[in-house]
Amino acid sequence: MTNQAVVVRGSSRPGKAATIGLGMILPASVLILWQTLGHYGIISELLFPTPYTIAESFITLAIAGDLWTNFRISAARALLGFLLGGGLGLLLGIVVGLFRRSEKLLDPSIQMIRMIPSLAVIPLFILWFGIGEESKVLLIAKGAFFPIYINTFMGIRNVDNKLFEVARVLGFSRMKQIIRLVLPAAVPNIMLGVRLSLGLSWLGLVVAELIASSSGIGYMISDARQFADTPVVFVGIIIFAIAGLLSDSVVRLIERRLLRWKDSYQG
Amino acid sequence: MGDAMLAISNLNKRFDTAAGHVQALYNVDLQVQEGEFVTVIGPSGCGKSTLLRIVAGLDSGYTGSVTLEGVQIGGPGIDKGFIFQEHRLFPWLTVEKNIASDLPLGNKEVRQKVDELIELVKLKGFEKSYPRELSGGMAQRVAIARALLRNPKILLLDEPFGALDAFTRAHMQTVLLDIWRTNQTTMIFVTHDIDEAVFLGNRVVILEPRPGKIRNIIPIDLPYPRKKTTTSFQELRLKVLNQFEKVDELELTDGAGI
Ligand SMILES: Nc1ncnc2c1ncn2[C@@H]1O[C@H](COP(=O)(O)OP(=O)(O)O)[C@@H](O)[C@H]1O
Ligand SMILES: [Mg+2]
Repeated sequence: MTNQAVVVRGSSRPGKAATIGLGMILPASVLILWQTLGHYGIISELLFPTPYTIAESFITLAIAGDLWTNFRISAARALLGFLLGGGLGLLLGIVVGLFRRSEKLLDPSIQMIRMIPSLAVIPLFILWFGIGEESKVLLIAKGAFFPIYINTFMGIRNVDNKLFEVARVLGFSRMKQIIRLVLPAAVPNIMLGVRLSLGLSWLGLVVAELIASSSGIGYMISDARQFADTPVVFVGIIIFAIAGLLSDSVVRLIERRLLRWKDSYQG
Repeated sequence: MGDAMLAISNLNKRFDTAAGHVQALYNVDLQVQEGEFVTVIGPSGCGKSTLLRIVAGLDSGYTGSVTLEGVQIGGPGIDKGFIFQEHRLFPWLTVEKNIASDLPLGNKEVRQKVDELIELVKLKGFEKSYPRELSGGMAQRVAIARALLRNPKILLLDEPFGALDAFTRAHMQTVLLDIWRTNQTTMIFVTHDIDEAVFLGNRVVILEPRPGKIRNIIPIDLPYPRKKTTTSFQELRLKVLNQFEKVDELELTDGAGI
């Protein structure tokens, strides 16, 4: 009897390992199918190198050290662009959110710049800065700027007026209203902006490195494409995917920490 | 008795909206003595909240005079504590941090007073809880502690227990009376529950709507703690109830009690 109860409880509430296992079923099946199809020559080895070949290529690149060097360069670019664009977005989002006058002054211009597609300004950036680091970092920064800017702005404007009344009754100074009320209340929106910006930073990085670069994972991919070295292309794509996923997980972890107070659906 | 702590005289407040204008308060005169517990009762829309918000300094644009200790009310401030119908706690702060709000909990004096207040409002053990983890009654007690920490000259409560169930409400009433006896804070308590008004107040101010004005003020000369079942309580309750002649007003004001 007791045993049965334990079993029932165990199956109705899967543990952490079981949850991860559940998520692995689909990718694992795809990998096995892929490997099998490639192994028997049913799909082209040139266009779809088998997972085994890709892993081999990964190890070769890792041992040679290229992979690590390129990854470090790419990660530094993405991080720098994200910090520059995101930081500026946060700052301007706060200023424009807080002061109507600065909204009238700045927001129209910012919205105009937002409408210019990043791809269209690449030639200009290259003309101005060459294909050095500046043009790439700026391109990434441009992408990272807007989600944080817009979400910070919205977060600040959406602060509950009822809480403002409380702040007045409690005699908060203008400064304390901002630090103790407006900013904490905007944190959920700001964190959403951070996540979106981070995603766009990786995207901007790929675009910048594919188009004009002589180093980085994106360069590694475009270089491999010229020599039809498909496994390396796959290695590059996988690294982008993993790096993007990891950085998003880190932000989500921070988000959960910061928003512990929030009463929301946890699934 | 001397000068009243709060003196409201000839207070008029009109709201002008696109749909026309509403005379929310009409020639209101009221004096509240230091340490007094005044309850205000009346049907919905008779200007109870407006009256309280003007005293708090949250609403302006009125005519007449409202003075606290002889000084005309300017804006809102910590000398006038306000408890809203909803608890309005900062959701990202724990109970103790909500009570402290902009005051530093690291400060020894603040820390000690916060601990005392947590004791007073019977929330020991919940210092580190977030508002979402509290029941309605607990959250409202945090809001009361937050106001009391600032040592207000007067505490204004706008239907603070209106959203609570009957049992919690009765409990909160005794907690509030305890606080009042301990701190001797002057209170103005708005309600639409006759039992509550008679149970708590030294005086019950009865407002009537359209235009919002004082119909009568009934002194409640019963010693505390009161019992709602005694005949003297029921007599006074009936006296207040009789002030609401029209049937539609009765429906609005009666039945909310236990
Ligand atoms: N901000 C406002 N703008 C326009 N009319 C208002 C406003 N606040 C209150 N009123 C009107 O004033 C009257 C009194 O409202 P209120 O003081 O909230 O009543 P109570 O609290 O007694 O229910 C109502 O008719 C209401 O519609
Ligand atoms: Mg009201």
